[in-house]
Amino acid sequence: MVMRHKKEQNVTTMGSPYPGHEETGDMTKQVVQVDRVVIRFAGDSGDGMQLTGDRFTSEAAWMGNDLLTLPNFPAEIRAPAGTLPGVSSFQLAFADHDITTPGDQPNVLVAMNPAALKANIGDLPRGSDLIVNTDEFSKRNLEKVGYLASPLEDDSLEAYRVHPIALTSMTVEALKDFDITKKEAERAKNMFALGLLLWLYHRPTEGTVEFLRKKFANKPEIMNANIAAFEAGWSFGETTEEFSVQYEVKPAPMPAGTYRNITGNLALSYGLIAASEQSGLTLFLGSYPITPASDILHELSKHKRFGVMTFQAEDEIAGIGAALGASYAGSLGVTTTSGPGIALKSETIGLAVSLELPLIIVDVQRGGPSTGLPTKTEQSDLLQAMFGRNGESPVPIVAPQSPADCFDAAIEAARIAVTYRTPVFLLSDGYLANGSEPWRLPDLETLPTIDPNFATVPNHTNDDGTEEFWPYQRDPQTLARPWAIPGTAGLEHRIGGLEKADGSGNISYDADNHDHMVRLRQAKVDAIAQTIPDLEVDDPSGEAKILILGWGSTYGPIGAACQISRRAGIKVAQAHLRHLNPFPSNLEEVLRRYDKVVVPEMNLGQLNMLLRAKFLIDTYGYNQVRGLPFKSSELVDVITELNQQMEGAQ
Amino acid sequence: MSTDAFPALSLIPKSEVELKAKDFKTDQEVRWCPGCGDYAILAAVQGFMPEMGLKKENIVFVSGIGCSSRFPYYMDTYGVHSIHGRAPAIATGIATTRPDLSVWVVTGDGDALSIGGNHLIHALRRNVNLKILLFNNRIYGLTKGQYSPTSEQGKITKSTPQGSLDYAFNPVSVALGAEATFVARTIDSDRKHMTEVLRAAAAHEGSALIEIYQNCNIFNDGAWEPLKENDVREDNLIRLNHGEPIVFGNSQDKCVIRDSDGHLQVMDVADVDPSDIIVFDAHAKDPGLAFGLSRLYNPRTLTNTPIGVFRAVTHREAYDRMAQQQVADVIAEEGPGDLRSLLHGNDTWSIT
Ligand code: SF4
Repeated sequence: MVMRHKKEQNVTTMGSPYPGHEETGDMTKQVVQVDRVVIRFAGDSGDGMQLTGDRFTSEAAWMGNDLLTLPNFPAEIRAPAGTLPGVSSFQLAFADHDITTPGDQPNVLVAMNPAALKANIGDLPRGSDLIVNTDEFSKRNLEKVGYLASPLEDDSLEAYRVHPIALTSMTVEALKDFDITKKEAERAKNMFALGLLLWLYHRPTEGTVEFLRKKFANKPEIMNANIAAFEAGWSFGETTEEFSVQYEVKPAPMPAGTYRNITGNLALSYGLIAASEQSGLTLFLGSYPITPASDILHELSKHKRFGVMTFQAEDEIAGIGAALGASYAGSLGVTTTSGPGIALKSETIGLAVSLELPLIIVDVQRGGPSTGLPTKTEQSDLLQAMFGRNGESPVPIVAPQSPADCFDAAIEAARIAVTYRTPVFLLSDGYLANGSEPWRLPDLETLPTIDPNFATVPNHTNDDGTEEFWPYQRDPQTLARPWAIPGTAGLEHRIGGLEKADGSGNISYDADNHDHMVRLRQAKVDAIAQTIPDLEVDDPSGEAKILILGWGSTYGPIGAACQISRRAGIKVAQAHLRHLNPFPSNLEEVLRRYDKVVVPEMNLGQLNMLLRAKFLIDTYGYNQVRGLPFKSSELVDVITELNQQMEGAQ
Repeated sequence: MSTDAFPALSLIPKSEVELKAKDFKTDQEVRWCPGCGDYAILAAVQGFMPEMGLKKENIVFVSGIGCSSRFPYYMDTYGVHSIHGRAPAIATGIATTRPDLSVWVVTGDGDALSIGGNHLIHALRRNVNLKILLFNNRIYGLTKGQYSPTSEQGKITKSTPQGSLDYAFNPVSVALGAEATFVARTIDSDRKHMTEVLRAAAAHEGSALIEIYQNCNIFNDGAWEPLKENDVREDNLIRLNHGEPIVFGNSQDKCVIRDSDGHLQVMDVADVDPSDIIVFDAHAKDPGLAFGLSRLYNPRTLTNTPIGVFRAVTHREAYDRMAQQQVADVIAEEGPGDLRSLLHGNDTWSIT
């Protein structure tokens, strides 16, 4: 069973907030059970679609549905109103079962204007519900996006169940007694739409009412107007002839525990704070604002209670420089950015490799090259993370696979960084950053402890019996060097980016020493594989000949595609890499078990290149760089086709 | 000297034993060219360090890249020889997280003003507790003799056979423009003056920029000669002393006044009413006078070159102090964070 908690409010019942609604049993409308629904809200950037989507998500989460979200917004803060570049959308899938993607195609599209309709209609399958705000379908707005005639009036939408609704004017009408301007009243239309959709999908509403109370606590008239618009939307659903059925999605059976909904950027921020707590190290973030990573800077700046220090630097280079300085001084240094920022930070990452200090480099990947697609997702920084520095400069790489997984991945990155005294890449992406899913809160007792193991005493005895501190004397097990922080008496030492002699750390230009040090730094990173779990393969049949191997945010679509393919009788195995450098020790053995290995990536085959180079195995890339996550249906097609080829070949 | 002379260092642990200059020397062979001005600076800094009375493990030297940036290897403190131009950024992370450390940055005219110009101005603007020693030799030494951002226009170098075209930076003007709270200038060969300036910088809470005129005897020998030669030196140098009238010259016969347009002018003392001579105020909030003085010299001939502390003001709190304070205030008000309640947030549901 599902129980909802709310801190300030003790809500334990569900259902309509409207008196008489359930009690009278006045249910004139039929309620249809469905197992999964995908909704897309689309409108102008100024229409509040992200907020509307977020609220719907919260209500679905409270009902115990499994869910995933996919926000999609323009890079421009406010593109001209009513134009195609200004369209912002929010898609969410919620289900009565475990789901791994925000859905390939929506079952219902809410289009707040002609631009939103035009930009999204191509994704809507025939027979789906299409709710349009007719008020915005003026001649001028239609012309803006190149409609010669209103699609509501010709037969171009006949494949859909179109619900033309005058959302704006109904909202204004509902708010006519409020002391607000017409503009303010119009702006509440997203709440009208939300109320309608929550009614349609039989969701609770009290969370949203509470949310609006808090959000507009200082503007009571606006608060009441928004609540009224929201309730008017709900009531409209209840009374209109437009909708003959309500849909209901039962809670998903999920493992027992306490859940919350969380986005990737938030989970990643919390993971960093948890790593700080687990290591006893001050968390220091040096960062420069960049989409889609800035929310981590915003979030961490709120948590000074945990001793977190955030530094908004003058540029990307200073961001990582300050973080590395903080690490040198004994903090957990972190820098957050996206691909273009990594390019600027490369030299400092190389310095961190040479200094052998803990440092976490968060790259929330976006479409590239150059400025590319700031608000869209991509996985095209893998090779940059792997090789994008001068010299032999190995850096471990960890990649989360889902929004909630960003929490654990951040802790793992910190574990590696601190234990091995090395910079570590944490490769998230735009989809994980802004997407959300229910997260089962971890038992704090199970979080790993991270031991900074600071050096406190000299570690070398000279021939004459005097004691000295050698900053590059390594731990024989991990090959990590000692971390002696300023303030530690007797361990004063100098380190830098010049090559240093093994052990003493003194500057050395010796040829053999350099060869040795280059190999040592590589061996240290390779040795991390000893502490990372073997790659697990999901193959219920145990007889699969095809392996789909992914990394990062493609986990969801790949998982869904494998499940769908298996229901169609195809035996297919799935494995997902969390560690990209070093790879898990058993990776080669896993790859050799399968006749075909397919590597879907949102790039032109970067992991695929690494696998082929390292193992000389003929893996296949399946690649797309559209700025959007894979659709599971396209991966199903790939699997199906490959399966047919293999069967045909037998 | 007692450490009470340095209230700005109150958060840094004091040494129980009296340290000597030699305690700050390392076993590393110093590798500057024989005759390089860097030797004198190193000796002056090592000579000054004991005066602060700090534990040497609580002192950190951070440098970038360039001849001067080898400096940390020769200081028996904690040290980082980092990458070109980035020392102020790295040092900012150290100073911000560790109020118990005395953090020094060693940089050069190329390192600080060319590749690292952005970090320098922002460190100064933020007023991070860093003592920045900018060795200005008006040339690139380590890369063997290209012109630098402080080279005089028309300089013939390996990369400018027809003469450099760039207009030069004036480091003191740049620092004042970035609203640095402490700006000074000194000369490698004048150990006494340099020590005075180092002392004043150490006593300052916040960023301190010290431009040190340094001779590169290999690639730009004699660059500061008019300020060093016995017979002309005092005619060219304007020694700035807070609270004193600005009078200089071999026979104290020159002075600085403001003309009717408000511009600074060098005049013969004999030609002015003594009350018109500017009394130097290093503590003025308004950086106008300091800036005007920084523009007085002729960058080619070096006549009218002020040295000493141009500006030392306290009305801006140091960035690192404020950053530490924000954290302390939040913890004092709301109590330390609790991970469990953070993760729970406000909206949870449970499945049993
Ligand atoms: S090149 Fe010039 S600055 Fe560099 S060490 Fe030699 S003399 Fe000194």
